[in-house]
Amino acid sequence: MSVLPLVALVGNPNAGKSALFNALTGARQKLGNYPGVTVERKAGRLALADGRPVELVDLPGTYSLNAASPDEQVTRDVVMGRQAGERQPDALVIVVDASNLDNHLRFALELIALGLPTIVALNMVDLATRDGLELDAAVLSRELGVPVIATVAVRKRGLDHLREELGGLLGSVAPEAKAPLPERDFDAVRDEARRIARAAIVRETPSRRLTAAVDRVALHPLFGLLLLLGLLFVMFQAVYAWSEAPIAMIEGLAEAAANSVRDALPDGMLRSFLVDGVINGVGSVVVFLPQILILFFFILMLEATGYMVRAAFLMDGLMARVGLSGRAFIPLLSSFACAIPGIMATRTIADPKDRLTTILIAPLMTCSARLPVYAVIIGAFIPARDVLPGVGLQGFVLFCLYISGIIGAMLVALILRMTVTKGASGGFLMEMPKYQWPRPQDIVLGLWQRAVIFLKRAGTIIFTSTVILWLLLSYPKPPEGSAVSQVDYSIAGRIAGGLNVILEPIGFNRDISLALIPAMAAREVAVSALATVYSIDAGDDEALLERSLGDRLKDQWPLPTALAFLAWFIFAPQCISTIAVTRRETNGWKWPLFMVGYLFVLAYVAAGLTYWTATAAGL
Amino acid sequence: MRLTELPLRQPAYVDLIDWSALSASEGQRLREFGLCEGASVEALHHGGLWGKGPIACKVGRMTIAMRRNHAAAVTVRTGPDAAP
Ligand SMILES: Nc1nc2c(ncn2[C@@H]2O[C@H](COP(=O)(O)OP(=O)(O)OP(=O)(O)O)[C@@H](O)[C@H]2O)c(=O)[nH]1
Ligand SMILES: [Mg+2]
Repeated sequence: MSVLPLVALVGNPNAGKSALFNALTGARQKLGNYPGVTVERKAGRLALADGRPVELVDLPGTYSLNAASPDEQVTRDVVMGRQAGERQPDALVIVVDASNLDNHLRFALELIALGLPTIVALNMVDLATRDGLELDAAVLSRELGVPVIATVAVRKRGLDHLREELGGLLGSVAPEAKAPLPERDFDAVRDEARRIARAAIVRETPSRRLTAAVDRVALHPLFGLLLLLGLLFVMFQAVYAWSEAPIAMIEGLAEAAANSVRDALPDGMLRSFLVDGVINGVGSVVVFLPQILILFFFILMLEATGYMVRAAFLMDGLMARVGLSGRAFIPLLSSFACAIPGIMATRTIADPKDRLTTILIAPLMTCSARLPVYAVIIGAFIPARDVLPGVGLQGFVLFCLYISGIIGAMLVALILRMTVTKGASGGFLMEMPKYQWPRPQDIVLGLWQRAVIFLKRAGTIIFTSTVILWLLLSYPKPPEGSAVSQVDYSIAGRIAGGLNVILEPIGFNRDISLALIPAMAAREVAVSALATVYSIDAGDDEALLERSLGDRLKDQWPLPTALAFLAWFIFAPQCISTIAVTRRETNGWKWPLFMVGYLFVLAYVAAGLTYWTATAAGL
Repeated sequence: MRLTELPLRQPAYVDLIDWSALSASEGQRLREFGLCEGASVEALHHGGLWGKGPIACKVGRMTIAMRRNHAAAVTVRTGPDAAP
C-alpha cells in the first residue's frame, strides 16, 4: 500500500482550521471561538473530488513558526518535518481569517516561503461581509502566487472548490517542493502582507460593530465582573431548576427496572448483582445526566460565543496577583467540565512555571464528575426552598462550592508561586475574537457528544468499579445468625474499617471510607458506592428499599458529616486519569505525586475544619 | 504619550516601542499581533477592579489584550498629522 499524500492545515489561532478540518473529513474536533482550542495534532481522511484519499492533519494555531508555547511547537515541528517519526507534509492548506487579513497574511507569507505546494483558504468571508468588507480572492491569489479559495467552513461553503484545487495541486505525481525562499526580515514581510491585504479589499463600508458595543458592558471593570458572576450564578441555579423533571423521569425508570428484576428473579446473587450493583449503583450516577448536560450547555455557550477571552480579561487582575497569566483562566474554566482537557489546554501557556502552576491547580476547579457527589449531598441535606424570590438555596450552595474551589485554587497558586514554582509572573497577551452567535446545531452536537461520553463512562469505568465494590461488599458472607452485618463482615467493609481510623477524626463514617477508594477511579463512583452499600444493607427490608439514596443519607449522617464530605470533595485527590495526564504533561512522576499529596492534605484539613466547626456550632 | 494614558476610543498611531522593556518572547508576540512603529492603535477598554487591570486595544483590525506594564512600553501620538 502506498502512503497517502499528507496535507496540513496551518494558520493563525481561531482562523477556523478545525472547522474546516471537520467539514472536510467529517470529524468532530472541538471548535471554540477563542485562540488555543486545538492543542495537539489530529489526523483525518479526506476524499478528493476524484475519490483519491488524502491524509489531512489539523494543527494548533500559531502566529509564526517561531513557537512560544508547547502547542505552537507541535505546529512548527510538523510543518518543518521535524516531528519525530513523521514526514513533512506534501502540501499545506493555509487558513486565513478574511476579516483580519493584514495579520494572517504575514504568517501566510512566512509559510509560503517554505516552498511547499500551498493553497490558501480565505475563511470567514461571512464575518468579513458582516464587517462591511468585500475582498477579491483573485487579486490575493495573484499577489501571493498560490491558489486562494473563499470558504465559510461552518457553512461548508467553498469546500468542493478547495477539494478540486487540492487534487490539482497533488496531481498524479507527488508534488515537488520548491526550494525555500531565503528568510526575510520580519518587518519587510509584515509590510508586504499589509500591502497585499489593502490591494485585495474591493470595498469597505463602515458598519456597526457588535463586538465593541457588547464589550463596553462585558469588559467594564465593575459591570463586566458582575455579569461574569451573574452568569456563573444563573448556571448553577439552572442546574437545579431545569433538571427536576428529567431526573424524576430517570429515577422512575430505574425504580421500575429494579422492581421488575425483583419480581422476576429469585433472591440470590444474580438478583443482588442486578439490583444493588447495576440498577441502584450505576443508576444512581446516570440520574445526574440532565444536570451535567445543563452545566455543559453553559460551558459550550461560553466557548462558542467568544466570552472565554473576556472572562480571562476580567480575571487577569486577580490572576496577576497570584502570579499567573490571565490566559490560565481559560484552561481553569474548561476544567469545570473535566480537568483533563483543562490540563491539556495549559499547553497554550508559554512560561513553563506558569504552566506547571496552572496544571497543579486545575483539579481544584470542580469538574463535572463531582457534580453528582455535590448534588446527592445537597439534595439530601439542603432544603429545596428559595432564599430570595427565584433564587433556590440548593443552587446557591452549589455556586458557593464552585466558588470555594476557585478561591482555593487562587490561594494555592499564590503559595506555589512563592515556593515550588517561584519565578517571574507570566504576562497576558491575547487576541480577542469577535463575538459570534453559537449555531444551535453545534451546541446540540456538543451536548450529544457529552451525553455519549458520560453514558460510556457509566457503562465502563463506573460500572466496573461499582461491580468490583459490590463483589467486595458481598463476600465473604457472615455466618448464619451472626450479629455482624453483611457490609461489616465483607472484605470491603473490613478495609473501610481500617481506613476509618484515619478518617473518623474528620467526621467520616464507615460508608464514606468505603466510597472514597473506588472514587479514585471516577469520582461519580462515590455516589454509586454509597448507593450499593445502602442497597445491600437494606437487604429485603421493603420500607428501606423504598427510600431514596438522599433520604437514607439524611437518616444516617449527621449534618456536620455531610458538610465535611462536601468540603473533602472540593479538594479531593483527583481521579486516576487526571494523575496520568499530569504525568504525561509534566514528563515524570514528581509533579503528579506532589499534586496528589497536597490535595490530600488540603482535603483532610478542610473536611476536618468543617466538621469541627459545624459540630461546635451545634449543627 | 503612553498607550496606558491614551483616552479610550481615540484613534492614535504608535510612535515608539521600548523593546527593551519587554522580554524577547513578549516582544515577538506583540510584533506578531501587528504592533509596530506606525501601526494604528485605539484603546478600547481598561480592565481591573483589583488595581491596574489589563488594557484591550485595537491594533489594525485586531483587538488584543495586554497588561499595563506592556502597554506602558508603547508610546503613541494623536492628532491630525499623527498618521505616518
Ligand atoms: N462565521 C464563521 N465562523 C467560523 C468560520 N469558520 C470557523 N468559524 C468559527 O470560528 C471559531 C474558531 O474556529 P476553529 O475551527 O475552532 O478555529 P481554529 O483555527 O481551529 O482555532 P485554534 O484551534 O484555536 O487554532 C469557531 O467558533 C467556529 O465556529 C467561518 O467560515 N465563518
Ligand atoms: Mg482548532
